[in-house]
Amino acid sequence: MSDHEYTPSSKFGKWFNDRLPLLSLVNHLTDYPTPKNLNYWWTFGGILTFCLITQIVTGLVLAMHYIAHVDHAFSSVEHIMRDVNYGWLLRYVHANGASMFFLAVYIHIFRALFYGSYKAPREIIWIIGIIIYLLMMAAAFMGYVLPWGQMSFWGATVITNLFSAIPLVGESITTWLWGGYSVDNPTLTRFFTLHYLLPFLILGLVVLHIWALHVPGNNNPVGIDIKKPSKDTVPFHPYIVIKDAFALLMFLIIFAMFVFYSPNVLGHADNYIEANPLVTPAHIVPEWYLLPFYAILRSVPDKLMGVIAMLSAILILAALPWLDTSKIRSAVFRPLYKQFYWILVADVLILGYVGAMPAEGLYLLIARIGTIYYFAHFLIILPVLGLKEKTLPLPLSITEPVLGGSPNLAAARDKTEKIG
Amino acid sequence: MSDNNDKKKTERRDFLFTATAAAGVVGVGAAIWPVVDQMNPDASVKALASTEVDISAVQPGQSLTVLWRGKPVFIKRRTDQEIQKAREVSLGDLKHPEKDEDRVKKPEWLVMLGVCTHLGCVPLTDKGDYDGWFCPCHGSHYDTSGRIRKGPAPTNMEVPKYEFVNNNTIKIG
Repeated sequence: MSDHEYTPSSKFGKWFNDRLPLLSLVNHLTDYPTPKNLNYWWTFGGILTFCLITQIVTGLVLAMHYIAHVDHAFSSVEHIMRDVNYGWLLRYVHANGASMFFLAVYIHIFRALFYGSYKAPREIIWIIGIIIYLLMMAAAFMGYVLPWGQMSFWGATVITNLFSAIPLVGESITTWLWGGYSVDNPTLTRFFTLHYLLPFLILGLVVLHIWALHVPGNNNPVGIDIKKPSKDTVPFHPYIVIKDAFALLMFLIIFAMFVFYSPNVLGHADNYIEANPLVTPAHIVPEWYLLPFYAILRSVPDKLMGVIAMLSAILILAALPWLDTSKIRSAVFRPLYKQFYWILVADVLILGYVGAMPAEGLYLLIARIGTIYYFAHFLIILPVLGLKEKTLPLPLSITEPVLGGSPNLAAARDKTEKIG
Repeated sequence: MSDNNDKKKTERRDFLFTATAAAGVVGVGAAIWPVVDQMNPDASVKALASTEVDISAVQPGQSLTVLWRGKPVFIKRRTDQEIQKAREVSLGDLKHPEKDEDRVKKPEWLVMLGVCTHLGCVPLTDKGDYDGWFCPCHGSHYDTSGRIRKGPAPTNMEVPKYEFVNNNTIKIG
């Protein structure tokens, strides 16, 4: 794994390492050569690892007090809030932690989109990332059901009913998921079990994600291949460790602001009303991080097609390395892609906004246009752009443009003068 | 293989391999099935299959919502006007064509699952463009017979199995 042979200095270390090369692994992780031009958008991998561990630790202790039963779930959550020592803190960190986790993962994903980190040779890292993202959504959804409030119940009803859109076997699958004829106690207990399991599956996939990353090494803002180790790299420790730690600290300030000053602003007030199967809240909305996909679901007037559109919107990302035909990774050298990238960002934000609004009138129209554009970006714009776009010349190394004298830059200047 | 003939002889080893694989597939399938099937409705859930409802207090135009198998059931005593409205619709105008006569046992009483066939919300009574039901979740409109008229829901609201035990009691399930 390591780029150079490693021998522990102590005699015991050598003895141990010959039998289990744990010290070699630690050495690989600390010496791991990292591009020296990584910016702060690259610190979200570390932030996400922190988020996952926070969710597992807080979740573990919350599970010591929570009761997964329709008659007790709602009151056990209030018991955690009022009676359990620091229960309010643990629950607010866990609930807001989910939102922070998604905030970080969206930045992480859009960083990869901007700098072309999904392109060869990093396709497997990207696809593992998409699977992690899907599992995160499943875990977040099932976690939201556990407090057994009105939004929990009706969110669970709406999402599980998506499966009833499948022809022929849809109804049986929905009944199987529920363990009954509606969302009820059997549904709650299995959601609790799976909500407990999924983070550990995610943890396993994160190990694979990082393993796959360490084969080609990090992409970088310039997006060119670099020799490692070389003048273009720095060892992970201490350079990246300290930068990641600083970014994490900044992130924690925002995290703490939510937890201590507005712990319920990202939740929905209706979830403080206990679940009632006879009354649907006037306006069902999922958590904010699922809104763009919810908008896509609602923008299609047919039930089955709506479900297919919503799933495709996520799964299309897995095909992205092959849909984007451009050989140039970083948007820095792709003037047209850069513009379409920001239109996509705006499109997703707009979809998120209309997903929170009632599905009627102008909102519905905007959702439909936004949905069409979303798919057009991946299926039409990206494949065509890669073939047509006139890209800027790449530097030969990371160091070159900084120290000046890049032959490419000089060539580029000549070119523009000639055209001008 | 020991001989290079084009026709491979079936050997004892091939037979054992196929037999082992076949037995393995059956065995794994048999082991997985209980793990999958345990998630289906259990005996105690199935036991709650029917419920009896007293409808003597319901006046024309009023409706009653009762819980059956964890789902709301609407029992609506329709007015003559509502019945007439449901019956004069031509089947060609319906997304899921069903005659009102086929959806009720007594014209006055409409009994159906109060579950929107889109994604399972509970529609609001006496609302919507057709004066029947309106689902607030994704905007499906149902008429006075509970038939889908507008919006994303694919089918009419489902009529459960029910019977009139006597004039004042309905047994659902």
